[in-house]
Amino acid sequence: MMPQLLRNAVIFWSLALPAMAVPVTDFSLENGLQVVVIEDHRAPVVTHMVWYKTGGADEIAGQSGIAHFFEHLMFKGTDTMAPGEFSAIVAASGGSDNAFTSHDYTGYFQRVASEQLGEMMRLEADRMVNLNLSQENVDTERDVVLEERGQVIDSDPAALLFEQMAAAQYLNHPYGKPVIGWRHEIEQLTRTAALDFYARHYAPNNAILVVAGDVNPADVRALAQQYYGPLLPSKTLPARMRPQEPPQLSERRLRLADDRVAQPFVNRSYIAPERNQGDQKQAAALTILAEILGGSGANSVLARALQFDSDIALETYAYYHGTSVDPSVFGIGVVPNEGVSLQKAEDAMDKAIAAFLKDGVDEALLKRIKAQIRAAEIYARDGVSNLADMYGEALAIGLRVQDVQEWPKLLENVTSAEIMAAARAVLQRKNAVTGWLESGEAQ
Amino acid sequence: MIRALILTVAMTLAFPAASAVQPVEVTSPGGIKAWLLQDETIPFAALEIFFIGGTSLDPTGKRGAVRLMTNLLEQGAGDLNAQDFAAARDDLAAQFGFASSADGISVSATFLSENRESALDLFALALNKPRFDYDAIERARAQILASQAASAKDPEAIAFNAAAATIYGEHPYGSDDNGTAQSVGALTREDIQSAYRAALALDRLVIAAAGDISAAELGAALDKLLGTLPKQGASLPPRAQPNYVAGVSIKDFPGPQSSIHFTQPGLNIKDPDFLAAMAVNEILGGGRFSARLMREIRDKRGLTYGVNTALASMKFAETMVGSLQVSNDKVSEAIDVLRAEWAKLASGDITQAELDAAKKYMIGSYPMRWDGNEIIAAILVEMQNDGISIDYPKTRNDRVRALTLDEVNRVARRLMRPDQLQITIVGQPNPTPK
Repeated sequence: MMPQLLRNAVIFWSLALPAMAVPVTDFSLENGLQVVVIEDHRAPVVTHMVWYKTGGADEIAGQSGIAHFFEHLMFKGTDTMAPGEFSAIVAASGGSDNAFTSHDYTGYFQRVASEQLGEMMRLEADRMVNLNLSQENVDTERDVVLEERGQVIDSDPAALLFEQMAAAQYLNHPYGKPVIGWRHEIEQLTRTAALDFYARHYAPNNAILVVAGDVNPADVRALAQQYYGPLLPSKTLPARMRPQEPPQLSERRLRLADDRVAQPFVNRSYIAPERNQGDQKQAAALTILAEILGGSGANSVLARALQFDSDIALETYAYYHGTSVDPSVFGIGVVPNEGVSLQKAEDAMDKAIAAFLKDGVDEALLKRIKAQIRAAEIYARDGVSNLADMYGEALAIGLRVQDVQEWPKLLENVTSAEIMAAARAVLQRKNAVTGWLESGEAQ
Repeated sequence: MIRALILTVAMTLAFPAASAVQPVEVTSPGGIKAWLLQDETIPFAALEIFFIGGTSLDPTGKRGAVRLMTNLLEQGAGDLNAQDFAAARDDLAAQFGFASSADGISVSATFLSENRESALDLFALALNKPRFDYDAIERARAQILASQAASAKDPEAIAFNAAAATIYGEHPYGSDDNGTAQSVGALTREDIQSAYRAALALDRLVIAAAGDISAAELGAALDKLLGTLPKQGASLPPRAQPNYVAGVSIKDFPGPQSSIHFTQPGLNIKDPDFLAAMAVNEILGGGRFSARLMREIRDKRGLTYGVNTALASMKFAETMVGSLQVSNDKVSEAIDVLRAEWAKLASGDITQAELDAAKKYMIGSYPMRWDGNEIIAAILVEMQNDGISIDYPKTRNDRVRALTLDEVNRVARRLMRPDQLQITIVGQPNPTPK
């Protein structure tokens, strides 16, 4: 069990999709709380989630990590609940609870027996407005977060490289700051800063309630009205206007050497467009492009060129996750075989990408990827908590339910021409940050 | 690979007592047995096949042979080379898994109802006609050598492997099933074929399926998949003779934190006290934020991000393990707290309120694990591996309810062994813990 999971800035995204056969209902309360209900009546279990439209990219400069630190503090009690009592109530019925923070959102969830849904809403609504933080709990939890940073980032050279690469990719936009925060800023986060963050961002009109499992929408509406309905909306929600990037003019490169590196690799990230309301076609093309280049195993472009037709690489990969408020990144990378230099690996990667841009999409591979997209909709019905994640994340970054439901069709309808157009637009070295992780003395 | 087994032990006792559905035992026309939980709601099924023995069957001097062989099963079969096989699998949108551990080889398939026969034909090819092509062998060998190198610089793996070597010595549990650069470097195609014949045999099968597949369809599938495998494989290793060395050992490793691994003897799942021991473990370091170690080490003192413990009842030994990561300057304090908690629990100081909370969690979480066809198939395999009867779930929660405070404290005194607590630290702790 790893409490308060921190979602990494880099997500290796597979073809997870909403399933059309699953009934989804959505509505809003008068105070602005958006509600999504996903029905699955196979087991008497429910996932209850509240997503706040605030994350690491919504922090005040100098307070990196406050969104994530505050997520931890949400477990520290309210006017009527002792620290840890919420989690203890969840555990007493055999359920599980946790929370997560990204650049764009903060989420809290419980998975419990369905008759516990009302109680979960009562407790979650309570901590949306009635948090009561002692100085002692704030100070201890700051130490926990510093240990978390030590474990998840500082002990992992690859995580340090990705952190540095994001900082290089985003000169001006707060996606360049790590969600967990820079260590020297985490150390200075105060109780007052936490409470200010709470007052600014935590309100029903900045939240999405997702309920998935053995429930019916009418009951969920009544319970939501009872528990969340009385909460007052904020009149001072800040607009999500983050400082935007200037045009990138040239590639940025960095090398990180560390004694603890066993497996050097080269990673390249390109700034890339994100999904937007009614405007997801380019993101759909990039999602398929990632599958073609590196996500489809032995037959993807990079694997063929570097692992099968030559002995350059031990592994290759590509990733893209377009569900973000502001522009995202498209990534590719190579883990070279023993004895192959990073320069040689990078050259081979560039050669493979250049060949792809010249030759175009292998239609058999595209057909295969689309068969898997259709199958993913069937497999997705077996895990409604994943569907809850998908809807929650999409709505938290400003998409609508309709956009989520259109997404699979958009993926299925992507053409080779659209994929190539997206590839040419994004896979340009002037949009890129290239990072080398090397073994050896830190420099 | 004892760590991976620990995760499956947590699932061992998970079963939907509340659920109306009940798995059944299926016997194929050819006499192969499996447990099945049929559910036609979603048009796909998951199949899990476990061959007992796994990497513990590596012959002397050939450590890594079973791991390398297992990794190659999907890298070309029949007329298909590795890339053609992957293309055929992806055309069907089927998912296959091939994994090896110290207790067995797990082979799994998830496939759509609309192309079930084609998917099973392809899966059968991997099980029965693996090619072990020379180029595929070299790719898979390079992957394992890279894993070895990664483990050598992973403080958690360093701690785990050092502890296992001390406790299990020459037993297969005592060494990394990835082998060494020397042993894996020397493996030949013949070694891989021998490992294949030794490890994948009919006398060591445990099978379960869940989802949209009938008993008749499953029976036919099992004969097709497994019918022509050898009747008998290599003999299993003896039980391990664990030797815990109490106290702290430190291995130097750079970084801001130390990885701490701690372990002591466990309890066999067939022991009448096992369920009570599960309650003791739940109270000490189980799945809740309110477990004692989480409360004392994380919540009260902020010394770590997370700490947990588990009871692992494996095929050839049983153990209790836990781990945490702590900043180097706080390691000593964390170890002091850990030792104090060990001693307290060993004195049998569990309160009625603590036991009640743990029992409620164990009872309530039991039906909640029933979450998806692949997980269900894995749970059904674990139950069979642990020798649990197919209708044990009906009575399991009543057994938890019946646990008394006296019984649980008696088992805490029996289980908890401060005098055998073996602590391995990988890092640069300062001050040096005792």
